[in-house]
Amino acid sequence: MREAFVRTLTSLAEEDARVVLVTGDVGFGVLADYARRFPRQFLNAGISEQNMTGVATGLALTGRVVYTYSIGNFPTLRCLEQIRNDACYHRANVKVVAVGGGFSYGALGISHHATEDLAIMRSLPDITVVAPGDCWEAEHATRAIHAHSGACYLRLDRASIYDAQPDDGEFRIGRARIVREGRDITLICAGGILDEARIAADALAVEGIQCRVVSMHTLKPLDSAAIFAACAETGGIVTVEEHTVVGGLGSAVAEVCLESGLLPRCFKRVGLRAGFSSIVGDQSYLRHCYGMDADAIATTVRALIYGAADGALGVAAAVREPQAQRTR
Amino acid sequence: DRFILSKGHAGAGIYAALAERGFFPIGKLDTHYANGSDLSGHVSHRGIPGVELSTGSLGHGLSVGAGLAYGARLGDAAWRTVVLMGDGECDEGSVWEAALFASHHRLDNLVAIVDHNKLQSLTTVESTLGLEPFADKWRAFGWEVVDVDGHDHEALDAAFCRVPSRPGYPTCVLAHTVKGKGVSFMEGSVLWHYRTACGEEYAAALRELEADR
Repeated sequence: MREAFVRTLTSLAEEDARVVLVTGDVGFGVLADYARRFPRQFLNAGISEQNMTGVATGLALTGRVVYTYSIGNFPTLRCLEQIRNDACYHRANVKVVAVGGGFSYGALGISHHATEDLAIMRSLPDITVVAPGDCWEAEHATRAIHAHSGACYLRLDRASIYDAQPDDGEFRIGRARIVREGRDITLICAGGILDEARIAADALAVEGIQCRVVSMHTLKPLDSAAIFAACAETGGIVTVEEHTVVGGLGSAVAEVCLESGLLPRCFKRVGLRAGFSSIVGDQSYLRHCYGMDADAIATTVRALIYGAADGALGVAAAVREPQAQRTR
Repeated sequence: DRFILSKGHAGAGIYAALAERGFFPIGKLDTHYANGSDLSGHVSHRGIPGVELSTGSLGHGLSVGAGLAYGARLGDAAWRTVVLMGDGECDEGSVWEAALFASHHRLDNLVAIVDHNKLQSLTTVESTLGLEPFADKWRAFGWEVVDVDGHDHEALDAAFCRVPSRPGYPTCVLAHTVKGKGVSFMEGSVLWHYRTACGEEYAAALRELEADR
């Protein structure tokens, strides 16, 4: 997704001289070409995210469309107040871009796990929050936030296994994409973990369970119509996010349903329930450990459909034993 | 030029100045702090023409000002950016991130005025987190420092007219001030950071200020 973002931003910079990329001293090997081609539209702010975000706001107030760029929690949590008071309150054209959503940088440790960003960012006023589910969405989201006035947050993940086909429809901020149709249950996903949901849906289809898979790439504004459709047309909702279950996608979907009174027949949130993700490992390993890989999603769906008697629901699987311990 | 009041708690000052200059009716000032008013204690731009940046959380203004200055230079614009900060505000690390940035990028169209009244929220600046040698810190960060008496309007005017004081260097106007200047019972007292003069106190303060004119 990072490459899709940089490639798209490069063409945007070519088309629009207002585009400025400000990096927090990250992007080794991927930003060099951009920086060489557009020296007046590139700035390395150094390792100083608060200043990076303030400078971006100032630049935006002079008419630029400014993308701040860093890893994990650095462009969000480290400078949250600059995003809130400076960028959002002034409706400045600042696009905060985080590479490495969720466990993308798994082995680097909890400092590099972005597992609360969606909850925190979506609680801010006057911001648009986008978490693309695949590289196609990442490319189109990069363009969409350029055209979308005001502060935006773009959470990028690693590469996706699946990618959208040309006939998969258009990308619009605030409009969820149905990437697989089904009536038994709906898997609503945010971010690159969409892959796991699609793998789970493939496996479940073999067993005769047809899942609708929805990429809720925009968390704010949320596509409530897609949620209501899932309630009305399918057997229930499972939300899937590489993120804490507190305040993120699952919470957002639950809020919309409860307040509208239109309830899914069943509901479960797949996400991080363990607090700090202190186990060391790569992204797929950590997805497994924390109960949000394709197997865990499929298990959750089966339990909802056949009954929870086996206790295999997500709550019980807050942390699975790391394989290293299991082999002891 | 662009002006940012980074020490947003001095909002009353900028509101009064804007009203005097006709940005909005002077009568609106009576709503300051009141229920339903646009005039919050810390300066806010919404509903108030002329306010460049809403502030109130310290340590934000210099970064945004540096962004404005960088943007002006990118667009070959001649306007300058002036950021007024407090000395206690310089406890914030973000101030020094911005200071590094401005000198690295040689933003000589940027001016930081530090209202150096030597007091902060609880007590003196020096007994909280000592800033001395303060001017040397700014110089070490690559700024040209101009020491002035912050109550001497001619000296301030002269300092601003010289910007950039040194080509290629952002300017720090270190304005030495006395908190509560001109009102004997307020001068140098932390209490009046919080307290509002009412009744006889208000009348006495006005008498002293009028006598000073």
